[in-house]
Amino acid sequence: MAVKDYIRQRFLPHMWCPGCGHGTVLNSLLRAVERLGMSKNEIVMVSGIGCSSRISGYVDFHTLHTLHGRALAFATGVKLSKPELNVIVPMGDGDALAIGGNHFIHACRRNIDMTAIVMNNRIYGMTGGQFSPMSGVGIHATTAPYANIDRDFDVVEMALAAGATFVARSTVYHAQQATDLIKQAILHEGFSVVEILSQCPTHFGRKNKQGAAADMMAHYKDITVPVGSKKKAANPELIERGIFVQKDAPEYCQEYDKIMQQAMKG
Amino acid sequence: MAKKKLKAHHIDRDWCKGCGICVHFCPKNVLELDDLDKAFAARPEDCIACKLCEIRCPDFAIEIETE
Amino acid sequence: MMSNQIKFVQGNEACVEGALYAGLNFFAGYPITPSSEIAEILARRLPAAGGKFIQMEDEIASIAAIIGGSLTGNKVMTATSGPGFSLMQEALGYAIMAEIPCVIVDVQRGGPSTGIPTHGSQGDVMQARWGTHGDHAIIALTASNHQDVFQMTVEAFNLAETYRTPVILLFDEVVGHMREKLSIPEEGELPLVERLRTAVKGGVDYHPYLPREDGRLPMSDFGGVHRYNVTGLYHDMWGFPSADPKVVHGLIHHLVDKIENRANLLARYKEYYLDDADIILLSYGSAARSALHMVKSRRKRGERLGLLELQTLWPFPREMVRTKCADVEAVVVVEMNMGMIMQEVRKAVADPARVFLANRIDGVFINPEDIRSILRLIQGKGV
Repeated sequence: MAVKDYIRQRFLPHMWCPGCGHGTVLNSLLRAVERLGMSKNEIVMVSGIGCSSRISGYVDFHTLHTLHGRALAFATGVKLSKPELNVIVPMGDGDALAIGGNHFIHACRRNIDMTAIVMNNRIYGMTGGQFSPMSGVGIHATTAPYANIDRDFDVVEMALAAGATFVARSTVYHAQQATDLIKQAILHEGFSVVEILSQCPTHFGRKNKQGAAADMMAHYKDITVPVGSKKKAANPELIERGIFVQKDAPEYCQEYDKIMQQAMKG
Repeated sequence: MAKKKLKAHHIDRDWCKGCGICVHFCPKNVLELDDLDKAFAARPEDCIACKLCEIRCPDFAIEIETE
Repeated sequence: MMSNQIKFVQGNEACVEGALYAGLNFFAGYPITPSSEIAEILARRLPAAGGKFIQMEDEIASIAAIIGGSLTGNKVMTATSGPGFSLMQEALGYAIMAEIPCVIVDVQRGGPSTGIPTHGSQGDVMQARWGTHGDHAIIALTASNHQDVFQMTVEAFNLAETYRTPVILLFDEVVGHMREKLSIPEEGELPLVERLRTAVKGGVDYHPYLPREDGRLPMSDFGGVHRYNVTGLYHDMWGFPSADPKVVHGLIHHLVDKIENRANLLARYKEYYLDDADIILLSYGSAARSALHMVKSRRKRGERLGLLELQTLWPFPREMVRTKCADVEAVVVVEMNMGMIMQEVRKAVADPARVFLANRIDGVFINPEDIRSILRLIQGKGV
């Protein structure tokens, strides 16, 4: 199936701004699905609220556009009640890690077989450019007009600490790598987190004088290095890309099946 | 794997929003934006069908058809 | 009632029995007094019955998970108490908007805030009605004894499936924790409504939000042949976001009318000695037990008291209440809050000045003495 066959083409052009990285994330995601040869009926995409979360409207899967921050909780119900489905949960950075932070860490801990994709543009786009927990100190946003003093955290480190069994990161500049990582995340049996750095030229870019969409995208090439690169030791500011953990651990739905067998024996 | 040869650039002018990402990253400088800020293949003969434009396009507006 | 099984249980367990009888097969919850027994018992019973139980990280996640579980074709439930019910309000609105069948049990305790976890109250009546934002309608049922808890739980699942809507079971701590007899009906003794699934074949345009002539909306399970969108945004008949004023107007009317226009049909209630009553006690939930005791003892003295016990609180059965209370001297609403249902009764009857309140709000179970003092006032016997 061609990549475009996975899209609800009647809704394009989509509602994202010109140059928004989220379209590239969708592009990379659908290429992963296409390479895996997945059928549309086996995929449920669950999203929350925000620019990123509109992604579910454009894909021709079973789609559940839910509440701000709660996508993983809805998705957990979908997956546990019908484990044969493939559940993909794209989220924004504020969606996944501010309002949805609690659901995020508990989904990591539970190790239920779903693929979480954090489309990290370090800003609340839909509401007009407020800082997010990923913006970081010194960033300008509509709610940080004098520069942000609110510290950020690292999605990857948090997912690792919370127990996710597959954790990876890429950027929209590295679209081929993003596709490959999403593909591996979908195949992974357990809770997977893929962070994809994605530019918001409209709000983040403009407020922080980062240039046009293409300039922001090119910047990802400069500020990232492959996992384990020696450059990182020399320059700790660099952000690593690649797979940080990929391990086998008891998966929640499979473990629940065992509970059911035990309970049925009486 | 043999290198694929270009057959055609299919650019959906309704979907293209003129962000310029494809133009910026084309390694052979094939693409340009026209007066209406829509991407077009100005020098298709230089295209090496690497598809970097297609995979990075946020708007699904470019498709590279190869032979 | 025919029965193959008689049990001596808490109200919370009666609720579990009713839910399992109705076909519950997916439950998500978070511990909170005085509802926790429902989760505890289901953690044991559901997997043995082929269903699934999950303890989530909070009540928000719990209701979200059951909505997800409903979309794959399951009968779903969560259980909580006031503070947890507050956390569920946003997703409750989602379930209303997206028309997701689900059952939410609120075993009421004292509030607002943490209030008093181990004592009874009926203070969530308005939270059930208006806790979530925006114009909407809701079905909320209650019960005063364990047999009725069982039956109303079955009803809740039936109504949720019939009208594709969340249904709230508004129990209270007294009923939840008290132990009494429960006869579990035979299979088939109570009618069950199963999920109505679309007959539209794969590849043919399916409209998840287009009501049939009878008002019902056939569903298609996630994972099936129809791929559609579910959203909390205003949406069209395919489930895709729409801001078209005509679509929005029609949607809101549909969501409200499908329930409010059926208030008579949805009215579940019990009546005692209403035929010749001069004074009607109107009550519900555990408070109705004391009211019934009062009515029976006064009848022995020849006083013409009657009891109208509501089991459907929302949509409020206005016409039924108006009709039943038409020719009486007074209506005394007996409830454990500051008059939430009393206000509804006042709106319903011809003469609101004849509607009185006998209540308690101190966490102590309302007793016949509390009702007696109001009756003395009405009967001109002083306080």
